[in-house]
Amino acid sequence: MNNVNMVDARGLSCPQPVILAQQALKKAKQGTVEVLVDSGIALENVARLAKNSGWATTVEKQPGNNIRIVLKK
Amino acid sequence: MSSISRFLTSRWGPIITGAIIGILAPVLVKLGNPGNMGICVACFSRDIAGALGLQRVATVQYIRPEIIGLMLGALIAAVSFREFKPRTGSAPLVRFLLGMLAMFGALVFLGCPWRAYLRLGGGDWNAIYGILGFVVGIGVGVAFLRTGFSLGRSYPAPKALGWVMPAVMVALLVLLILAPQFGRDASGKLTGPIFFSKTGPGSQHAWLGISLVVGLAIGFLAQRSRFCTVGAIRDMMVMRSSHLLLGVVALIVFAFFTNLALGQFKAGFANQPIAHTNALWNFGGMVLAGLAFTLAGGCPGRQLFLAGEGDGDAAMFVSGMIVGAGFAHNFTIASTTAGPSTFGPITVIVGLIICIVIGLTMRELKA
Repeated sequence: MNNVNMVDARGLSCPQPVILAQQALKKAKQGTVEVLVDSGIALENVARLAKNSGWATTVEKQPGNNIRIVLKK
Repeated sequence: MSSISRFLTSRWGPIITGAIIGILAPVLVKLGNPGNMGICVACFSRDIAGALGLQRVATVQYIRPEIIGLMLGALIAAVSFREFKPRTGSAPLVRFLLGMLAMFGALVFLGCPWRAYLRLGGGDWNAIYGILGFVVGIGVGVAFLRTGFSLGRSYPAPKALGWVMPAVMVALLVLLILAPQFGRDASGKLTGPIFFSKTGPGSQHAWLGISLVVGLAIGFLAQRSRFCTVGAIRDMMVMRSSHLLLGVVALIVFAFFTNLALGQFKAGFANQPIAHTNALWNFGGMVLAGLAFTLAGGCPGRQLFLAGEGDGDAAMFVSGMIVGAGFAHNFTIASTTAGPSTFGPITVIVGLIICIVIGLTMRELKA
């Protein structure tokens, strides 16, 4: 977790994944931010946040229910 | 199946879900449920608490099949779409407490957020104060979330854990059907252990098969579409997203037209079914409910759906709601149609203080 552009939002209730991602996006302003989630709801919400704030999203399913969302701007 | 799923997770999902709730809830009223109470997670949890003898107000005792259906419908959807993921560990005891407090607030208003919207769609303008309070409560919750509030993470749990709460719902369904009566009251007549109202709101209900199927259908749709009456307002505040809000708007609009079509629309403040006209405590009760639901991550319906997905923490919240409903009546907290009860207002104030302490003190521990 040393990388400031990495957010681990696994296991957190709504809307904490969105709030953490939002704070990371604001801090980064541009570049790459990675968000790790483990539920469909968190994925959909973070993707919606990214779309609304002009970040491109790529999604990578990982073993053990983890989903890595890579946001770029 | 997957195309249905994609549709339900699209922009249209919450709208379709809200519209179907808006239509079916007034239909349930037509078929026997209490006025503007086609579905109310708070009132129905209270009726279940009554049926189980956790509170003994004779007019509000019935095992509501809608609640059972909502959770089991979500379970069916979650299993079908590989989202049944048993998990727990996110401050379950605090969630139990928040469930109790949310119930206290909702029963001071006389309805959960679902019913607040349904009451509005039925012309009960007292709901406006409730909804305003609800929005304020969510706003306070969002402020805590922005400043680092967290109940911590949940972690994957054995499959068996996820089946516990659905199994409890199946057990409730069995108790509803068998309706065991082997206790004795003071005069020696058979009574309990499951209690059913003979008069009042608890005695008013649609046929259990219909109530169950409606619950199952809505639970299925809502699990897929992520329908949430707290998320609707919260996501507007957090990220200006109207995705879930449009679902709530659809619910109110369709409830309005369905009530109109069924001759159930009655506009005004006075003499509304199972409601009181005290604006301050309609507002105050829902500030508490809105805050408690927001701190716990979703509205009472969503807590049922999450429990159906195997979320043991949401199951604790649901348990807290049912136990809280028992206390709400035993301690004269729940309002009546005459207005707030003796200990309603003070409980709302104490509940708000507890929620504020939770909001300020619960933080995720860094490893």
